[in-house]
Amino acid sequence: MHPALERRRHLLDFAVRSLARRPTKNLGLVVVYALVVFLLASVMLFGAAIRREASTMLAQGPEITAQAMVMGRHDLARTADVEALRGLRGVRRVEPRLWGYLWDSAGAANYTLMVPPASDPARRVAKGKAVVGEGVARARKLAVGKMLFLVSPSGRFLRTTVTEILPASTALVSSDLVLLEESDFRAFFELPAGVWTDVALVVANPAEVKTVAEKASLRLPGFRFVTRADMARTAEALFSWREGLALALLAGALLAFVILAFDKASGLSAEEKREIGILKAIGWETSDVIALKLWEGGLVSGFAFLIGVVAAWGHVFLFSAGLFEPVLKGWSTLYPRLALEPSIDALELATLGVLTVVPYIAAILVPVWRTASTDPDAVMR
Amino acid sequence: MIFHPPILALIGASALSGTVLAASAGFAARLLAKWDPASGSERQIGLERTTYLVSTVVAFVLVVEAVSLVLFAFNADRMAPLFVGAMCAVGSLNASPWGFPTLWAKIVVFFAAFVWLVIDRVDNRTRDYALIRVKYAGLLILAPLVLAEAGLELAYFLDLKADTITSCCGKLFGEGKPDIGGDLASLDPRLALGLLGGGLAVAVGLGLAAPRHRLAAVLHGLAAVAVFGFALAAIVAAIGPYIYEQPHHHCPFCILKREYGHVGFALYLPLFLATGAGLASGVLAALPPPASLAAAMPTVQRRLTRVSIGGFLLFALVAGTAIGRSGLALLG
Amino acid sequence: MIELSGLTKVYNQGRPNQVEALRGVDLAIADGRVTVLRGPSGSGKTTLLTLIGCLARPTTGRIRIDGETVSGLPERFLTQVRRRTFGFVFQRFNLVRGLSALDNVMLPALPLGVAHRRLKEKAFALLDHFGIAERAGLAVESLSGGEAQRVAIARALINDPAVVIADEPTASLDGERVGQFIAIADELKRSGKTVLITSHDPRITRAAIVDTLVTMADGRIVEGTP
Repeated sequence: MHPALERRRHLLDFAVRSLARRPTKNLGLVVVYALVVFLLASVMLFGAAIRREASTMLAQGPEITAQAMVMGRHDLARTADVEALRGLRGVRRVEPRLWGYLWDSAGAANYTLMVPPASDPARRVAKGKAVVGEGVARARKLAVGKMLFLVSPSGRFLRTTVTEILPASTALVSSDLVLLEESDFRAFFELPAGVWTDVALVVANPAEVKTVAEKASLRLPGFRFVTRADMARTAEALFSWREGLALALLAGALLAFVILAFDKASGLSAEEKREIGILKAIGWETSDVIALKLWEGGLVSGFAFLIGVVAAWGHVFLFSAGLFEPVLKGWSTLYPRLALEPSIDALELATLGVLTVVPYIAAILVPVWRTASTDPDAVMR
Repeated sequence: MIFHPPILALIGASALSGTVLAASAGFAARLLAKWDPASGSERQIGLERTTYLVSTVVAFVLVVEAVSLVLFAFNADRMAPLFVGAMCAVGSLNASPWGFPTLWAKIVVFFAAFVWLVIDRVDNRTRDYALIRVKYAGLLILAPLVLAEAGLELAYFLDLKADTITSCCGKLFGEGKPDIGGDLASLDPRLALGLLGGGLAVAVGLGLAAPRHRLAAVLHGLAAVAVFGFALAAIVAAIGPYIYEQPHHHCPFCILKREYGHVGFALYLPLFLATGAGLASGVLAALPPPASLAAAMPTVQRRLTRVSIGGFLLFALVAGTAIGRSGLALLG
Repeated sequence: MIELSGLTKVYNQGRPNQVEALRGVDLAIADGRVTVLRGPSGSGKTTLLTLIGCLARPTTGRIRIDGETVSGLPERFLTQVRRRTFGFVFQRFNLVRGLSALDNVMLPALPLGVAHRRLKEKAFALLDHFGIAERAGLAVESLSGGEAQRVAIARALINDPAVVIADEPTASLDGERVGQFIAIADELKRSGKTVLITSHDPRITRAAIVDTLVTMADGRIVEGTP
């Protein structure tokens, strides 16, 4: 083997044995390091998985949602508006929708009440019946066949029987959902016939969505048109922002760890100092000792990173990230119980590496150099 | 737009690089003022000792910058869906006027650090620190470059705003956005490939002569930089479309992605290495030659030009293979 | 040939605790001979040893080894000169605890990138030559004083240096061991190596193998410059 490679091999070998000779100190460092990696990796893996879930689900929605606006606030759409949109070229289907929010004091939560679209006959709810999301079921302790009582803000009373609880796989967007029959819904909210909450437009050609939205906005200037891409972008940005915020909050932990690393690297025991002095005295150069110490740092980083990432993966995908749900999921009190699709990608790993390994190596650079610069004649005195 | 994990990582890494180099620049100023290799005083010994730290620090910064460059590009690609009209990294970079300047700055910093480390290595082989003053004067240039890059990157990320729905907004997105195309994309592919081929030939020829002739080495350095430019232009105008098998897909970043077999790495890695080595060779030759290096210099130049020529030839091979295997007929 | 001219060494220069360890030393050490430096503690003999062995740089003055001036060299070249020219046997042996005798002997050669197997064989051969091959795998903490010294000597010889330097080699040894050490020094001399010893032990200073005796006091040579 080439001398340069052989030298590297010797140094690596010596580094491994050096670490093994001080198990307590090094193990302690690896554990703390791995914990920091675990925390950051958990946040990142979880955030990324949630974003993936959300984008997969949004992909099933309508390409354009049209909402009437009055004085900058959301208004109800009328049948005439719906008809105006039906004539648009490129629109395969125009679906007026009925949905609204309800504050339920019994369950201390906000529900989304909705009438399933006519285009989805399998989802049709019979009069007097209801289909609920798993969060609603939990909050009101419902099961199939049990009664669900709702009271509207104006005092209207609705009695329904639960026929189905929506699967947990859709929980991210359906957790707070209550699906009702149309006449039940209108009676509950005191809505006359011919008004709708908003209108969904299904566009045949995805490349046309922008043009269709433009044409529609010309036809109904009082409306706003939100495309699916807009929503996907918003969700992506929102989740990503929350993830970043959580990471920023963990900056404190990272800083504490960096200080610990610096301290450990600086505070050599007398025995370690003696050993470096001996190495220098018997012919090791400063650069040899720096290389040795950096190999040690690299090995510690490698172990800690691996342990931290594997533990985080298990935490997020096997234990549903129990520690972080509140921060990242909720805008309601009905936290969905999600089983996330396991995955990891190179960008996430690289980001994690830059967030953890780079600060660690930076923290130990000066202590390592100072150690390596020991006077070789120090062992003589 | 700061609170995305890759962005936090990038800003953190740049800030770290900038800080350590700023500290190193402070040392550089002190060294240039007080350096006296003939002296055995404690101050001189202290200065010599600290040069080890600076070398290690700059090597660290080089690695961080290299990783950061790749992370920056991949993150830009990942962010593209957040900006209306952006289909890949190019779109994200265009979403702010600071985007592309940041990328160029990162590339410049990479090469500057690379050249510095080569000079450092050469200097360490001399018995009288022949290049130390040049080296540390160079550090006084490198440090502001890194700080500038960090500043540009911060400005870019602060300026970015995802095109998200706001509650009062009734207008549509996409109106009035700048076009993502560019002059490079409209460059004639024949011309681009011709320039690249010609540039490569000149660079290789000069590289072969460099160990024996100082002027050839200097020109080789210039040629390496020119080839880098031609290569980027060729990737955008011709090689990229061949790889994508799509005459209008000019993105220089998408070739790094999995669906194209990560072939971008096989192109960019040798290109960057070759350019760095060639540039280092040119810079070394351009410096006033110290006596203690006279014997060693030809060997050093030979090693550098070998890397440079090898890298460029490998790039040409990968590019040629990609073009040859492509189903697209761009030039016919 | 090692030539020293006008060597001075000042520690903590310019500070209240400044110490002038050497105040102008001129000395020439001939090849293939045994030279002993003696003097009381504080006389500067250990400092002189560190300068000769390129473990430190003189404050002023010049050191030449085989005609090459080494005193002004940058640290990495100084280390290279030290590695190939000198082998050290320290007063307290300075073996790395936790490593075996064999590993200790191999240590100086690790950064040189010598092939592992060859290095191991060479180290083992050296230990065998000094009669402690069967202790090769033991941790150095479990070795006796005499055995530890022989490991230290083996370590000093792993890179085939031309000069072996021993600092107070008999400080912790009994009579029999002193005799063994002198025999080893004699063997080194006969194999062509230059041996440099610091000692104030009369068993060493009066030994028959000593070619040159240099006496130091107060940072200067008071007796015995050739």
